Amino acid sequence: MAVQLQMKQGELIAFLDGEIDHHCARELREEIDSAASRTQPRVLTLDFSGVQFMDSSGVGLIMGRYRLVSEWGGEICVANLPRRLERLVSLAGIRDLCTIIRSKEEEQ
Amino acid sequence: MKTPALNEMKLSFPSSSANESFARAAVSAFAAQLDPTVDELSDIRTAVSEAVTNCIVHAYRDTIGEVTLLVRLFEGRRLVIQVKDRGCGIEDVEKAMEPLYTTGGEERAGLGFAVMESFMNRLHVTSRPGRGTTVTMEKRLSGRCAHGC
Ligand SMILES: Nc1ncnc2c1ncn2[C@@H]1O[C@H](COP(=O)(O)OP(=O)(O)O)[C@@H](O)[C@H]1O
Ligand SMILES: [Mg+2]
Repeated sequence: MAVQLQMKQGELIAFLDGEIDHHCARELREEIDSAASRTQPRVLTLDFSGVQFMDSSGVGLIMGRYRLVSEWGGEICVANLPRRLERLVSLAGIRDLCTIIRSKEEEQ
Repeated sequence: MKTPALNEMKLSFPSSSANESFARAAVSAFAAQLDPTVDELSDIRTAVSEAVTNCIVHAYRDTIGEVTLLVRLFEGRRLVIQVKDRGCGIEDVEKAMEPLYTTGGEERAGLGFAVMESFMNRLHVTSRPGRGTTVTMEKRLSGRCAHGC
């Protein structure tokens, strides 16, 4: 599983897809961190629209990136979070750490 | 007297991280006979992923050991999943189960047990330091068929 990275106007967007578990989190983390450390974006957006499955390793991925961007005063935005992943993400109290934007297609 | 399982499957595999997705897929394939809802299946897959990942990351931290899954189906659409390792064990299970508690370092959220607890109907953990850990969780599936079976 790979991640597509896109930089625009001080915002780095990481489009995640497939399944996020402990096994594939490492590769994702390395790719995102090398781009983020290089560009030091004001906002790092993690876009979950393509994510089919995620366990708490995905929550660890969000928390770890929060710690990283905090080093230069950056923020995390969790975008297009599918409805079925909301309960998992809310378990962590991550809502206090970052902006969460729900998936557009699933909004009523 | 113990009620016998209506059906069961047992699976064992080495604790390499590539087997996390395999374990989820295998349990979902077995659970499919109950015709679970998409949400129920997603809860089961997530809980299995947590328990199996814990064997890989914590129980056998610096080695590869055997992970055993026992999945049983009981009367009343009850699916009971047992995940067992013979790894390092847990000193204080109660503490380990507290949300956000982790010995796994920066990238672990410390939410595995919290996920198993909230996504399943029942969670039971037994562990002996130096001997291993057994996690048993149960999911009661909603009735979908017109006869209520
Ligand atoms: N199978 C296991 N063997 C040994 N220790 C375990 C096992 N499962 C969990 N633990 C301990 O319990 C802690 C909490 O587990 P969990 O809630 O899944 O969070 P995380 O995996 O993110 O650390 C782990 O950090 C570890 O110390
Ligand atoms: Mg865990």
